[in-house]
This record gives sequence, structure tokens and C-alpha cells, in this order.
Amino acid sequence: MIKLITAILTALTTGAIYALMSTALVLVWRSTRIINFAQAGQAVLSTYIGYEVTVRTGSFWVGVVGAMIFGALLGAVIDRFFMRPIFKRIQSGPILMIAPVVATLGLLGIIQSIIGFKWGLTYQSLAAPVSTDGYMLFDRVIAFSPFNLLVVVFATVSMLLLTLLFQKTNIGLALRASAHSPEIARLSGIKVDFIRTLGWALAGAAGGLAGMLYIPSSYLYPNAMDVLLVFGFVAAVIGGLESLFGAVAGAMLLGFAISFATSYVSEKLVFPMAFIMLIVVLLIRPAGIFSKKKDRRD
Amino acid sequence: MTLIVENLTIDHGAIRAINAVSFAVPTGNLAAVIGANGAGKTTLLRGLSGLKDIKSGRATWNDESIVGKRPENLARSGIMHVSDGKSVIAELTVKENLALTGLWRKDKKDVAAATEEVVSLFPILGERMSQSGGSLSGGERQMLAIGRALVARPKLLLLDEPSLGLAPLIIDQIFQTIRKFVTTMNLTVVLVEQNAMGALAIADEGIVLNLGSVVAVDSAENLLKDPAVRTAYLGY
Repeated sequence: MIKLITAILTALTTGAIYALMSTALVLVWRSTRIINFAQAGQAVLSTYIGYEVTVRTGSFWVGVVGAMIFGALLGAVIDRFFMRPIFKRIQSGPILMIAPVVATLGLLGIIQSIIGFKWGLTYQSLAAPVSTDGYMLFDRVIAFSPFNLLVVVFATVSMLLLTLLFQKTNIGLALRASAHSPEIARLSGIKVDFIRTLGWALAGAAGGLAGMLYIPSSYLYPNAMDVLLVFGFVAAVIGGLESLFGAVAGAMLLGFAISFATSYVSEKLVFPMAFIMLIVVLLIRPAGIFSKKKDRRD
Repeated sequence: MTLIVENLTIDHGAIRAINAVSFAVPTGNLAAVIGANGAGKTTLLRGLSGLKDIKSGRATWNDESIVGKRPENLARSGIMHVSDGKSVIAELTVKENLALTGLWRKDKKDVAAATEEVVSLFPILGERMSQSGGSLSGGERQMLAIGRALVARPKLLLLDEPSLGLAPLIIDQIFQTIRKFVTTMNLTVVLVEQNAMGALAIADEGIVLNLGSVVAVDSAENLLKDPAVRTAYLGY
């Protein structure tokens, strides 16, 4: 019983963090058709900034705000001054397929070496704002702490806010129109380039939040978020890459699969489980399990 | 306010799609651009709305050059391009599709008024407001695409093949509606059509394109009577 409850609660916590990463990836994919491998670097650099702000102000919360603002600005700058100029020159041909991968992977390397220069290749720890000791359940300590609860609440609230932004505001409508049909959006007078940069900024903020919620349970080092990038990517593909709902649902499914596999079968199953799910989804429903379409578009 | 096009040349990859095309459309006139498939009609419109780079030549609207401007800025300045029949975002509702051209307009009251006018022009859209764009029939999609452009209160309307893929009865209805609102709203229109007969019937003047070049410019009336045009494009 305790094992089951722990597995469920762990699944919710990890799923919530995967969801922030997969949402970040989907936001960029929808607005620019780029799988942003640099997301891991952007998120970890934003977390370093959040860490510095936390150390200086003594407040984790101010650190979270700092990480999200920095993440948003970094995302916007990358799109405006790196991605946009690159894709202005590349309009067609096989390089169009490869260029985004090379560009974002290169950027990931650049960001991680910048972190190495500035902070060194050492492990730092970021203290959680609330206890990380597990709750007591039936006189036993379970692997779910007040901080884990906070992670779930924060992730849920930010997803709800994002959904409201997309469904209920003019900016959200412009974001959706630009994602589905940039040409029609342009002809309707929407500044699609600006809207795309906004998508990158939102993704950057989500990545910064993911880092601030993940690092207190781990350590801060240049490659700290690489694993989350992989899980976020798998979750996004499971969800079909196109929808925010799919990204969150895919992340939760992945969280549950990994949590149950590791607590009931073997601790070693974390990565195999993720890739088994990825392969199964790609074989059975390549457009994602929540997609109404049979094939992946583009 | 006049649309003036002079020696406009547009390349489509290595192919010259539009070759030194010149014509003028006075304010309030409806000009039909007719020609066979591949004559360059769509490319011409895409050049005028900023979607396609112009190689050389001039194009001015209201004495201001429209060459090299971005499509979104041209749209905001009153030049609305309704690209072919699929110009509806399937994933958005009818209401959201109509709202796109009002997002950036400051006068929200007028956006609401314009939307109401569009709904009274195409009542079917009013019944379909919360349906997705993808669920509409071909004719309804065309009405939605045109309606969306009208919400912006355009001055110059560029219409690309509004009759494409529609049933004859619907085509007739769409053409009649276009003629109606062009007159009442005092719009200037460039209507690109393969359905030369239907287009010339509602147009003030006609421009005949062949392989990227203008082969005839005349009043729609005269073109309809021209034996060469009749054999080549009207089929009788």
C-alpha cells in the first residue's frame, strides 16, 4: 500500500517537472518548427541565475522570478538574434532539416561552456524553500515531501495560467494562429515574427521554472538538465508535439511509467522505460497518442 | 487612390513567373485577372501582398510603394489578400478566424460592428460561430476567408480564385456577394480567376495574363465580346 502511494506521488512530482520541459519544447516547436535541444542549456543557465539571485536576496521565491525572467529574455534573444537570422538564409533543401538540430545542439554546447567558465564544473546545491523530508504515512516516512507537493502545485498552476493565456486572450489567439498557419496569420496583419519570439520567451520561462523546481532535489552543474531534456522530449513526442495538453498528458504518462517500473521492477529501468514508451508510441501512433490525425504533419 | 503596377517582374525559383506586367486599377473598381493555369495569376497577387519578393518594377497603392514591405504591414495598411479556398485556419473556430484581423485594430467598437456586417453579409457564418474552421464546407470556408478580410475594413482587396472547387450554384452566389459588397463598401479589388466568365461578368475591367505577361487589358464588357478572348478563355 505504502509502495503504491509512494509510486503515485513520485510519478506526480517527476511528471510535473517533465511537463514543464515538454511544454517548453512544444511551445518552440509550435511556433518555429524547431526541436530546441538548447532548452536544457537555457534552463540550466536560468537556474544558475536563479541560484545567484537566491543567494544574494536570501529568498528562493525571488530566485524563481529571476530564473523565469532571465529564461524568457534568453529565449527571446536566442530566437531574435540567432535562430531568425539563420532561417532567413535557409529557405529550402535538405539543410532545412539538419540546420535546426545543428544550430540548437551547437547552442547547447556554447551555453554549457559559458556556464563552465563562469561557475566552474562543480556541483552546487540550491536549498529548497520548504522541507525536503518525506511526509509520515502510517508511521513510515514516504518519498514525498512538502517540497514535492510544492513542485506539483507550481507546475499545475503554471499550466493552468498558460492554458488561460492561450485560450482566452488575444495574444493566445495570435500564438495559436501563427502556430497553425503563419501565412494566414501574416495576411491577417499579425506580426508573426514577434509572436514566434514570444513563444520562445514563454518556453524559456517554463524552462527556468522547471530548473528551479528540479535542482533542489538534485545538484546544480552544467549538465544538470540534460536528462530532463530527454524526458521532456519523449513526453512531448508521446503527446504529439502539437498540443500543450498532449505535452502535459505525455509527461504524466511518462512519470507514471517510470515511477512504477522503478519501484516495482528495478531502479535501473528509468531510461529503458522512457525509450520503450517512445518506441511503442512511434510504432503504434506516430502522431502522438492524443492526436486525432493518423500521421505526423510536416 | 489607385493601384498602379509598372513593369512588375517576379521570379519563381529559376522561372520568370511574372514578366514586366503593367496595369492600373482606379479606386472602387473591380479588376478581374484571368488566364490559364500557370499564367502567373497567383504569383502576381502574392507579390502585391508581400508574400513573394518582387524582382523589379514598381507597384504603388495610394501613391505609396508596396514593394519590399512585409505582408503583415501591408495588411495593416488596408491591403487584404485572401489566398485560395483553403485560407481558413482549420484548428480555430469560425469566431476566432474572424477575430484575427481585428486583433491589432485599436477601434474595438468598429471591429465589433465590422464583424456584425460580415455576419449579415454571410448569415451562415453566424450560425457556425463556435464550429471549427475545418468543419465548414468549401463555400462556407470561402465566405469565412473573405469575411475575415472584411473585418479589417480593407481598402484594397486581393482575391485569389474564390470559385476554386465550389459548386456552380455557390460560385454564382459568391460572385454576386462580392459584387454587392465591393459597391457598398467602395472597395478596390483585384480578383484572380480561372473562371473567366464569372469573373468578367462582375468586373469593371479585365486583365488577361498569359505565361506571365499581360496580353490584353480592357473593360470587362469589351473582353467578353472579344473573339480572341472568347475562344481562348471563355470557351465559346
